[in-house]
Amino acid sequence: MSIILKAENISKQYRLGVVGTGTISHDINRWWAGIRGKEDPYLKVGSENDRSTKADSDYVWALQDINFEVRKGEVLGIIGKNGAGKSTLLKILSKVTIPTTGVIKTKGRIASLLEVGTGFHPELTGRENIYLNGAILGMTKAEIRTKEAEIIEFSGCERYVDTPVKRYSSGMRVRLAFAVAAFLEPDILVIDEVLAVGDAEFQKKAIGKMQDISKGDGRTVLFVSHNMGVIQSLCDETILLHNGRFVEKGKTEHVINTYLKQNIGNDAVFNFDIPKNNNIQAYATKLTIVDLNGNLMSEIPIGKPWKVKIHFTVCQEINNLIIGLGMTDMLNAPIRTSWTPSNNLTPGEYIAEFVEDSVVFNHGRYKLKIGISKGFHSIQYLDENVYITISEVVYKQDKTVLTNGNGVFSNQMKMNVYKT
Amino acid sequence: MSKLEDDDWLYTISSKRKLIDFNFKEIWNYRDLLVLFVKRDVVTVYKQTILGPLWYLIQPLFTALTFTLIFNKVANIETGTVPPFLFNLAGVSIWNYFNTCLTSTSDTFTTNSAIFGKVYFPRVIVPLSIIISNLLKFGIQLFIFIAFYVFYKFSGAAINLDSTVIFFPVLVILMGMMGLGLGMIISSLVTKYRDLKFLVSFGVQLLMYVSAVMYPLALIKEEMPKVSWIVEYNPLAYIIETARYMLLGTGTFSWFGIIYTVIVTVIVFLLGIIIFNRTEKTFIDTV
Repeated sequence: MSIILKAENISKQYRLGVVGTGTISHDINRWWAGIRGKEDPYLKVGSENDRSTKADSDYVWALQDINFEVRKGEVLGIIGKNGAGKSTLLKILSKVTIPTTGVIKTKGRIASLLEVGTGFHPELTGRENIYLNGAILGMTKAEIRTKEAEIIEFSGCERYVDTPVKRYSSGMRVRLAFAVAAFLEPDILVIDEVLAVGDAEFQKKAIGKMQDISKGDGRTVLFVSHNMGVIQSLCDETILLHNGRFVEKGKTEHVINTYLKQNIGNDAVFNFDIPKNNNIQAYATKLTIVDLNGNLMSEIPIGKPWKVKIHFTVCQEINNLIIGLGMTDMLNAPIRTSWTPSNNLTPGEYIAEFVEDSVVFNHGRYKLKIGISKGFHSIQYLDENVYITISEVVYKQDKTVLTNGNGVFSNQMKMNVYKT
Repeated sequence: MSKLEDDDWLYTISSKRKLIDFNFKEIWNYRDLLVLFVKRDVVTVYKQTILGPLWYLIQPLFTALTFTLIFNKVANIETGTVPPFLFNLAGVSIWNYFNTCLTSTSDTFTTNSAIFGKVYFPRVIVPLSIIISNLLKFGIQLFIFIAFYVFYKFSGAAINLDSTVIFFPVLVILMGMMGLGLGMIISSLVTKYRDLKFLVSFGVQLLMYVSAVMYPLALIKEEMPKVSWIVEYNPLAYIIETARYMLLGTGTFSWFGIIYTVIVTVIVFLLGIIIFNRTEKTFIDTV
């Protein structure tokens, strides 16, 4: 397939801090350098975009040396942590701002769908807003007229279409806005996190429409999202950004794996403080979350077996030592508790392993609680800030696992339908 | 990919900028948006008001009335044979067109930053739509002027349309270009330096006093010869003075004034486009 869009050495620099009286002197310096035909003096400075560290310069590179190509008809996902530069890249692609350096070349019309509904005027009716929003997105009046009925039907707002938009619920606005954009016919469609809104039914409809757009009509779509599940189901290939830099582009499944491994430091390893009590017989030092091969996992794809390893230290010889692992939902409703058999241990470092390979948890975050006890006597109990995250990425989906249902578990019951 | 295909790019997005990048074809492609914006501006302003579009008329009428009471009755400014109210109504209507054009285009970027930050369309559509919707409002106000004109004419006032009145639309276009040009310059600078916002709100008021709105140009030359240069170098004063000459047959007509005004307007307008073009590409980073 032919290349429809090509990004070469895209970089974008932003100024940190408040725009104030200092700005004018920088502007004058820049202008003076420009007149003498010299390079912008502030382009050389600027540090990598890492949110958490303190900046040593007033300028920051939100994007640095991004290169990629998009083939015609491809649905390309763009993922990365907050601040990785995804939205900046989309802003450049949709011509909202220009890159500091680099060029984007395209053979098609680009239209963007970034946080829908911004073009609505509250005083105008739904129908009038369809025309206004469509025109803002680059459609002509005639184009919109031919699609008006379809748009209204897709949005599911027939009853309100002649009511001012200010009377709409936020969900209805999103529906209407998405409907307008979905019937746009640009060569390249750019979408940023739109599906995070609307109810489950509409999200499903929206994702279905997106699939039609990309697969059916052969249009090119660039799609930014934090929702790995949606990325996985829509995109053939995905780009991963990290701190404004390009990490990799490849098959979605592979790139998502790289992404999940990225924040391992934060979400897969939990270290515990050494208790102040000197007489304590045993205490936990660390908890790690790994897959069956021992790789650290910050998020577990639904259906992938996982292991929790509790590292603990025994200070004095101890009998009947039991390690317990509790799991609750985020509202502290208990889900289950597992206890190891009792052990008689000599001083040293130990690991207790808890393997989950039969129950499939649904996506979401769960709290983990650790208990160490001697018989029925509790020695240590840790229940703060330890989480396991089940990602929306699906590891396997077959008859035994249904991932789009509600509830804590995704395993299906053994079912049978017969005539009495 | 072959080398040949490389040249087929529809367009490129890069940091390089041309001095004047006025893409008429693109604006033409977005003409429906322009129409919809104008419609939106006109229709929505007075929604949920009782008097509705009547507000377009009330405002100039009362301003002209106030001016007549203060400047002509109290301060005794002479307007010759022309009824003072009609004299003021002409000045106020034209001045208002410039005033609304300037003030509403001058915050184009700041008020539209939400939508400009999400989608691309030629940004100049927004100030253009403001100029056009204000032109419609000006048209409505012109009707009320004509009504009063006819009324005074039949009451026997010595007012005459000058034959040059066929060039009146040119004056309106000049006024619009002036408002648009200045508005585009200010809107671009405001994205970085908010100081200008405060300057505009009271600067426009001050400007009115030196634009010969409520007095004839000849009067200031006669009464305050030392400071009259401020008014004489103000192209807006010539537009208003000439407009009154055309509509009411009062005041002066000077070719020098007209040519001077045209030159200044064209310069301001071009400067506005250049600065606006430079700003529209990156303003979202600084706004």
